[in-house]
Amino acid sequence: MKPSPKKTPMREQEAKERIKNFFEVPFGYSEEEAVLEAGRCLQCPAKPCVSGCPVGIDIPGFIRKIRERNFPEAARILKLYNNLPAICGRVCPQETQCEAKCVVGKIPGSEPVAIGRLERFVADWEAEHSIQSQVEIAPAKHKKVAVVGSGPAGLTVAADLAKRGYEVHIFETLHKPGGVLVYGIPEFRLPKSIVEREVNYVKSLSVQIFLNMPVGRAIPVKDLLREYDAIFIGVGAGTPKFMGIEGTNLNGVYSANEFLTRVNLMKAYLFPEYDTPVRRGKKVIVVGGGNVAMDAARSALRLGAESVTVVYRRTEQEMPARREEYLHALEEGIKFYWLTQPIRYVGNEKGEVVGVECISMRLGEPDESGRRRPIPIEDSRFILEADTVIEAIGTEANRFLLSQFDGLKLNKYGYIIADENTCATSMRKVFAGGDIVTGAATVIEAMGAGKRAAEWIDRFLSGEYDPWK
Amino acid sequence: MNLIREKRKLAPGVYEFWIENNHIVKYAQPGQFVVMRLHEKAERIPITIAGKKDDSFRAVVRAVGKSTYELCMAKEGDSIMDIAGPLGRPSEIGFYGNVMLVGGGVGIATLLPIAEALKAQGNRLYVVLGGRSKEYVIMLEEFSKLADQIVITTDDGSFGIKGVVTDGMQMLFEREKIDIVWAVGPTIMMKFCSMKAKEHGVRIWVSLNPIMVDGTGMCGACRVTVNGKIRFACVDGPEFEGELVDWDELLKRLAQYRNEEEHSLKLFMERVGDLSWL
Ligand SMILES: Cc1cc2nc3c(=O)[nH]c(=O)nc-3n(C[C@H](O)[C@H](O)[C@H](O)COP(=O)(O)OP(=O)(O)OC[C@H]3O[C@@H](n4cnc5c(N)ncnc54)[C@H](O)[C@@H]3O)c2cc1C
Ligand SMILES: Cc1cc2nc3c(=O)[nH]c(=O)nc-3n(C[C@H](O)[C@H](O)[C@H](O)COP(=O)(O)OP(=O)(O)OC[C@H]3O[C@@H](n4cnc5c(N)ncnc54)[C@H](O)[C@@H]3O)c2cc1C
Ligand code: SF4
Ligand code: SF4
Ligand code: FES
Repeated sequence: MKPSPKKTPMREQEAKERIKNFFEVPFGYSEEEAVLEAGRCLQCPAKPCVSGCPVGIDIPGFIRKIRERNFPEAARILKLYNNLPAICGRVCPQETQCEAKCVVGKIPGSEPVAIGRLERFVADWEAEHSIQSQVEIAPAKHKKVAVVGSGPAGLTVAADLAKRGYEVHIFETLHKPGGVLVYGIPEFRLPKSIVEREVNYVKSLSVQIFLNMPVGRAIPVKDLLREYDAIFIGVGAGTPKFMGIEGTNLNGVYSANEFLTRVNLMKAYLFPEYDTPVRRGKKVIVVGGGNVAMDAARSALRLGAESVTVVYRRTEQEMPARREEYLHALEEGIKFYWLTQPIRYVGNEKGEVVGVECISMRLGEPDESGRRRPIPIEDSRFILEADTVIEAIGTEANRFLLSQFDGLKLNKYGYIIADENTCATSMRKVFAGGDIVTGAATVIEAMGAGKRAAEWIDRFLSGEYDPWK
Repeated sequence: MNLIREKRKLAPGVYEFWIENNHIVKYAQPGQFVVMRLHEKAERIPITIAGKKDDSFRAVVRAVGKSTYELCMAKEGDSIMDIAGPLGRPSEIGFYGNVMLVGGGVGIATLLPIAEALKAQGNRLYVVLGGRSKEYVIMLEEFSKLADQIVITTDDGSFGIKGVVTDGMQMLFEREKIDIVWAVGPTIMMKFCSMKAKEHGVRIWVSLNPIMVDGTGMCGACRVTVNGKIRFACVDGPEFEGELVDWDELLKRLAQYRNEEEHSLKLFMERVGDLSWL
């Protein structure tokens, strides 16, 4: 049989059903579907796909094992490169990473191999069959490493160092580990039970996780420096930005972080069974065009909104959200106002938001990001009605810890300056990676940094290489 | 960890807890707070660290809604699921000379560690404590030991002067030259204290209590306008200079979840029955 030019479709919840619940949207492949999809891979000797993966997974290798129906072996190969495959298979922007490089996708009229879906399949298969692939742990090295932050960067560096025989302690300020994976990305895109499963895997490597520990306050930096042989900072870019326009502090105006934290981490969608409330708006406006905006919009819809409208200052072509999530949002009935910029929130006497005054934009010359810069069109103001507004315009460095870290060099945006390869910072024994170095990026890039950091921390602690010499 | 070692009723609906937590005891400074989550389905609530001894810190809590009712119902020997802290910027303790300290309601408890630290720096302390009636003026004994002068005000005149804390402030301003003021209590009280301090041209610190979620600067729920700028009370505060705070906005933001809070409390009351004993 000739392989199909299209990806093997993945079954998913119907749009009209799923907007009423928070269950995961796609169901994942069955064994048959996975084997069929694996059959589309050409097993290219040059492996171009691997160069698109920030952690360099042996993609043809694990796909070959799926084709041979040797799922445990496929899982073992994945875990050699990626400690969190069930997560990456779900949330990686594959279309710009591994799948963008896939040879099959370059054939006119053909879609790339569904690498992400296959990765997800293998990870889920392994979990369902409760087979924990054997990991080898090196003999104890009697050295201690502190990891600050339990997002994907922190979890990865911790797991890799534990495998190399180090004693690793993760400190996390929230009451659950996972970083953005638990507080940001919604249940319907990444079920929290999966994050928990991956965290348990990391714990099974004897990594200790200390929760409710705001490092910098609960443990002074000097104590960390004294008690540990090396430190990895992976505190993310968790501070929300606001446009700062008039009316920002009206009731009903949220940062995406607050809205999503209430919904995901605190389970406000189950209020009053869970105690944390969230506004269930009827007319919701989301500002922004990235993944975070899509997540906020789709969550608001599931909380019962009559209409959810995304306003974005550029056009569909420039929006940074993953294609799949944008299409999901469209299917679910979310409306989009392109080339639109809010300039003021309108409030009532109780201090609640009732509308958003916007201005239309046009695209001018490209800016430093290469995207065409939006320019306001005079006399084009209009008001959109809204009882809830969610700003998803980006985040910045978490100042909380860094303000306590005297001597750590930051760049002009407040992110830590660290070597791209070794992750070494300006301070001896201190390494950093993930969003706190790059600014808001992706799960897999944060993991990639974690992997590199683990390798160099190992070399540093074993005396093989000193980045500060 | 997080074991409730001691619990004591201070006033109707107001309880003192001593909670075991080594980290907080080791590192807490005056003016800082913790964020607690009582159980898996609970919300995260901020509570001030109102003292420490041995391996425990003190929390003084007033039952105002579902979460604080539930906390006040906890017993000695119970444990609190999560306590993160210490959080927030510590108070700016130093030598100022004559310091006025104004406390209302459970804010009196928040004020105590600040008072102790200021006393240790050699400041003279002029204290105003206020409450609805006599029984709500808590921790009087501890303040009496620290204060150089102390004025009590009650709304109904059942103790001290009949009036509000700003009346007490006025009395002290007339008597003494005050160099700086700290005021902690209900938002509306702190607003009027700030106006009073401004009237006398004296700097005032207030400890704001906006609604919070994480308490680490990650969500922006706690944002307040100070001097025309958006600040996050959990990391930039909780103490700010009172004169610069946009009080009316803060008061409106505190009412943000009024309907949900009432609903939640009603369901809770139906479940647990009569709570008038609290
Ligand atoms: C809503 C949303 C959707 C996203 N969707 C996608 C997607 O689909 N695909 C994708 O690839 N990426 C996505 N991203 C981006 C991705 O989640 C991040 O790039 C990634 O999580 C960064 O990982 P990190 O480990 O650097 O930091 P984080 O995940 O931010 O974790 C940092 C952790 O450190 C903790 N911390 C902070 N300060 C301290 C301290 N002082 N002491 C102790 N702990 C501390 C924080 O509480 C947090 O748990 C999304 C992001 C958001 C917000
Ligand atoms: C930094 C900080 C320190 C605090 N320290 C203490 C303390 O030491 N002891 C103490 O008893 N309380 C303290 N609070 C207030 C306490 O966190 C709230 O009372 C609690 O979160 C209310 O939860 P609830 O579910 O019981 O009531 P809710 O149902 O949430 O609210 C009931 C009523 O209380 C009001 N309210 C809600 N949140 C707050 C708030 N943050 N502050 C004041 N009123 C509020 C509501 O407007 C409503 O009228 C502090 C708050 C902050 C921000
Ligand atoms: S981790 Fe992400 S980029 Fe790498 S192969 Fe998997 S889906 Fe592709
Ligand atoms: S590029 Fe595509 S077809 Fe080639 S090995 Fe990678 S996944 Fe298979
Ligand atoms: S409580 Fe979330 S930023 Fe302050």
